[in-house]
Amino acid sequence: MDLDPDDIFRDDEDDPDSELFQEKESTKELVVYLVDASPKMFNTTCPVEDQKDETHFHIAMSCISQSLKTQIINRSYDEVAICFFNTREKKNLQDLNGVFVFNVPEREQLDRPTARLIKEFDVIEASFLKEIGSQYGIVSGSRENSLYNALWVAQGLLRKGSAKTADKRILLFTNEEDPFGSITGVVKSDMTRTTLQRAKDARDLGISIELLPLSGPDEVFNVSQFYAELIGLEGEDLIEFMPSAGNKLEDMKHQLRKRMFKKRIVRRLKFTIVNGLSIELNSYALIRPTVPGAISWLDSVTNRPLKTERNFICSDTGALVEQSSRRFHPYKNTNIIFSTEELSEIKRVSTGHLCLLGFKPLSCLRDYYNLKPSTFLYPSDEDVVGSTCIFIALHRSMIRLNRFAVAFYGSSSRPQLVALVAQDEVVQSGGQIEPPGMHMIYLPYSDDIRHVEEVYSDKNARMPIATDDQIQKAAALMKRLDLKDFSVCQFANPALQRHYAVLQALALEEDDMPEINDETLPDEEGMARPRVVAAIEEFKTSVYGENYDEESELAAAGKPTEASKKRKALADNAAKECENYDWGELADSGKLKDLTVVELKYYLTAHNLPVSGKKEALISRILTHMGK
Amino acid sequence: MARNKEGLLLLLDVGPSMHYVLPEIEKVCSMLVEKKLIYSKYDEVGVVLFGTRETDNELTKEVGGYQHVMVLKNIKVVDGDIVDALQQLPRGTTDGDFLDAVIVGMDMLIKKYGETNKGKKRLCLITNAQCPIKDPYEGTKEDQVSTVAKQMTVYGMRMESIIVRGKSSQDVNKRVMDENDRLLDIFSKETSARLLHVENPISLFGALRTRNITPVTVFRGDLEISAKLRIKVRVYKKTSEEKFPTLKKYSDKAPSNDKSATHEVKVDYEYKSFDDPKKVVPLDQRIRGYRYGPQIVPISSAEWDAVKFKPEKGVKLLGFSDSSNILRHYYMKDVYIFLPEPGNTKAILAVSALARAMKEMNKVAILRCVWRQGQANVVIGVLTPNVSDRESIPDSFYFSVLPFAEDVREFQFPSFSNFPASWQPNEQQLEATDNLIRMLDLAPNEKEEVLLPDFTPNPILERFYRFLELKSKHPDAAVPPLDHTLKKITEPDGDLLLQYKPMIDSFCTSFELKPNPKQKKPRRLLPEKRFGSSDEETKGDVSARPANLIAKTSTVKIENIGDLTPVQDFEAILSRRDSPDWVIKAIKDMKNKIFDLVEDSHEGDNYPKALECLVALRKGCILEQEPKLFNDFLRHLCKFCLEKDLDSFCEYLSCRGITLISKEEAVDSEVTEAEAKSFLVKSEPKFD
Repeated sequence: MDLDPDDIFRDDEDDPDSELFQEKESTKELVVYLVDASPKMFNTTCPVEDQKDETHFHIAMSCISQSLKTQIINRSYDEVAICFFNTREKKNLQDLNGVFVFNVPEREQLDRPTARLIKEFDVIEASFLKEIGSQYGIVSGSRENSLYNALWVAQGLLRKGSAKTADKRILLFTNEEDPFGSITGVVKSDMTRTTLQRAKDARDLGISIELLPLSGPDEVFNVSQFYAELIGLEGEDLIEFMPSAGNKLEDMKHQLRKRMFKKRIVRRLKFTIVNGLSIELNSYALIRPTVPGAISWLDSVTNRPLKTERNFICSDTGALVEQSSRRFHPYKNTNIIFSTEELSEIKRVSTGHLCLLGFKPLSCLRDYYNLKPSTFLYPSDEDVVGSTCIFIALHRSMIRLNRFAVAFYGSSSRPQLVALVAQDEVVQSGGQIEPPGMHMIYLPYSDDIRHVEEVYSDKNARMPIATDDQIQKAAALMKRLDLKDFSVCQFANPALQRHYAVLQALALEEDDMPEINDETLPDEEGMARPRVVAAIEEFKTSVYGENYDEESELAAAGKPTEASKKRKALADNAAKECENYDWGELADSGKLKDLTVVELKYYLTAHNLPVSGKKEALISRILTHMGK
Repeated sequence: MARNKEGLLLLLDVGPSMHYVLPEIEKVCSMLVEKKLIYSKYDEVGVVLFGTRETDNELTKEVGGYQHVMVLKNIKVVDGDIVDALQQLPRGTTDGDFLDAVIVGMDMLIKKYGETNKGKKRLCLITNAQCPIKDPYEGTKEDQVSTVAKQMTVYGMRMESIIVRGKSSQDVNKRVMDENDRLLDIFSKETSARLLHVENPISLFGALRTRNITPVTVFRGDLEISAKLRIKVRVYKKTSEEKFPTLKKYSDKAPSNDKSATHEVKVDYEYKSFDDPKKVVPLDQRIRGYRYGPQIVPISSAEWDAVKFKPEKGVKLLGFSDSSNILRHYYMKDVYIFLPEPGNTKAILAVSALARAMKEMNKVAILRCVWRQGQANVVIGVLTPNVSDRESIPDSFYFSVLPFAEDVREFQFPSFSNFPASWQPNEQQLEATDNLIRMLDLAPNEKEEVLLPDFTPNPILERFYRFLELKSKHPDAAVPPLDHTLKKITEPDGDLLLQYKPMIDSFCTSFELKPNPKQKKPRRLLPEKRFGSSDEETKGDVSARPANLIAKTSTVKIENIGDLTPVQDFEAILSRRDSPDWVIKAIKDMKNKIFDLVEDSHEGDNYPKALECLVALRKGCILEQEPKLFNDFLRHLCKFCLEKDLDSFCEYLSCRGITLISKEEAVDSEVTEAEAKSFLVKSEPKFD
């Protein structure tokens, strides 16, 4: 018995009280894909989306491939291994029969996915029967148990990493509901028992086994036959298993490429409510723009990464200087010098925490009071017991009274006023859509608000205001164009998805660039529905009158602006001048460089190409355009 | 004349009723000029005071009248002289006539610029408009104001009137104020004038626009409702953070006598290969790479340009949706404003109809925007109606950017209802909270909304410009404290807190906060020193505060032995020196604690804790020379255990070597060493 009191009162994870609010967060996921490669997987087919029959083996393979491609972007630090069982060849550390661990060079068996792994995995199917081979591993008359072996190998692979920090999983793909169906008697019961025991041992080690059953269109995979016990399913879970298993397979295939972030506290904040009564809050970044990963510079010859060095150079003398701690600002014809300490002192106006100033009705939070993404606040009792209670009380009262809190947030970069808006928990079909807590919205100062509308106000005329009829027509139009179930983040970022797709295509040396569906385009079909068109037409007529189209077209054609006239004249002139040169000849003889920039621009303007850049850029642009 | 150069004339009321707010006016006006010195140093500024004892203006020399209007500074290019003058405004002695001042100002602007510089001439009037203006020689006051306003329009002048009326203005003649308000309203109706009423000094700071930013369109073109219906709009930024000025790095390498030295520091980036640190890789030999798993995939810009996402320019409607579908915290960025094309009546009407219908039906529109050709990505956002409350301003929309699916991180948080009951507020606590929220109301009915963002200046920028000006005169000056008025932005209003002290106290006492005993190293969160409290405490508003609850619990002396840290509590009480009784009390309490622990033990689960306490007690009794107390207690405890069938505890103690305190350890003990050691052993046979 250790009598060190420190030890006894140390805040440890197995404290039952703290488990409530200390969700255990595994830092990474270790997954073994265990694929049944028995002849049955190759023989049974089922129709997929486009009505073509595919073998179960193919379905499993494409599912894993998709999943890997998503994972390498979403959670590239997670580790995977791919393992087939019921194979002719064997390759595994334990040297067990009927189990083949697939891997590529420069990679451990359980490791982060690499482009090469994905690439070779994608082509393995074609040569699978030749190289790895498929055969039933469990046959009567032999004591071999390939399923047992497979679980053993998988467990061996997952020995890496502690169960506390890693989430370990085995994903088992099979279409055989009764692996020991081919044998009978004592051997069968014996094998069943040992296999189940092996699975239980794995589960006891913190490895979860998930089954992805494959079945034909007319048959149902009977989980209760054998696998329910293997994966530890009981009671209600068993009933719900089959429908959810189907979804799981679909989900794996259609996951969005989206970088995953670990839940992380951005800052611990002290929130002073009144008279020094302060509670403890944690802030989280729930919404932040995602950018396509950091750029690393490479040497284009060797493709080796480059080291970036930053140097400070004195403009006057050209001498290298140290990182200077002094800054200056020109003012009244002199340079006023500040030390960095002085600058941070200027910005330090409060304690660096949140300080409540008061409350306002939610209607006072105008639409334009926003500068950057909000920050989420959630209470914590870690240091100050009672914080959560006060927070919940405030949260409830604010929601009930329709108020938001105004507070001053003294961050070191930009101290500013913030609005704290209480958000109730929203749960939809079992999932938390909105967590309970408060959102901190950064309010602008008067210096940040612009009054554009005033600049454009017209003193001499009253602004026309829509008539009731026009408003009604607009309302009718709105009803027709209603997005009923719009959810804020239903659109994937088309540029980012394209970026990931391109990255994948380049990394895997795929031939054709994948097309990314831009979900953000308006629904043309819906807009063309007769009722919608009619509603739009009515609104248009009520505001613009009957003959608007012609009018506007006439206006557009009849009154070109000064600038557009000038542009047109320039283009005409360029086209004319352009004809005076034999561009093909000039390009072939390399004489383009003898022309002046003005001359080169004739060609570019005449062919609607950009005219920016240096002379070399212009020449190369011309050559590219000519296809030379 | 430079483009965008502004001619500004400040018309400041310095009459006796304005004296209380003059310090603020001095600050805000000098900041205005300080900013001009940085951002628009060719602008010209003049200062006219009214309500002064002296009279000094050209009109009075030319036509007479216009008493008590004094030209402090003639219109000239901004310089330090104007700043100095504004920092020490003379206090006037008479009630000022703002109309006289406006006419003098207008005359000065006309004489200086004539008809040129349209739209860049600005009059800025700051007054409380409490004092009656003189009757004109002919016609009514209204006619006169109207004539002046027309003149302003002809010469393209803008006027900004800031009417400062604090609490003190209530007892002043209401009739006069109403008349003046009506007259000033004529200005805003008949010419380009803004009329603002402010009640407190913070708003005064925020009301005066200290920097002019020419609006730049983000987008000009069609808002496409469908292919057939397009509304001509212009999009501008509505909010945009005014950043802290970027300061250049200073280099002192240049010789001090070099007048043309820039003192700038250039930052130079060099890309070197890892293999050969001496080799610098030139730009054309560099290629961008992105991570793909553990590898980096090189992508040349040409390759990238060929395949990257290239959306077409345009602003398209995706549909309408209930405003409740878009929660406020999803707004991603600064906000844009969609204005109908100026002069395009149809567009104005179309926007107006849509905005009003949206407002009526609580709808918002979802748009897909590509502002410029060649923009790297599309923007999805929400369009909300902004129905204008002024005749001269058309209806418009605000537009906020919304996140994409990739931008939302689906972190899960425990439901509040899953927390233990002790964390749930009870009825009384909720009521105290409701009361707190009701009384800390910053937007009370019938009163000016406090801390309205539109009128709340950035205190940090004000501090910076003040420091800059100070440094230009005294290079070694220390950073000045935050302006007293602007400090109110950063902390709660003391008056409000004082006014509702009982309710605040009741809120504070409803809740209990204490440091978490399990937390070994408190993260400085608790006893904190308030920043800048030194200058505040002298003013006495801090002393009015009730006891700081947290500080109380953290510094309070421990008087009882608690359940969580009995050993520490025991030691703490033992070490108290303010009364000799503490030792006896500590030992007594500890004994009771040990009894409780042993007695409440279930299958020995409390034994380790009890043992720990016993060890502490033994140590404490030796230290305090109280061996008898311990020895008696241990005997008693063993007897108690035997009686209550808790002999397993005695066994537990004996195998952990707990003995009586012997003479060797404490001279006062009557127990010999052998006796001490054998005490528990001796009792052993009894169990068999």
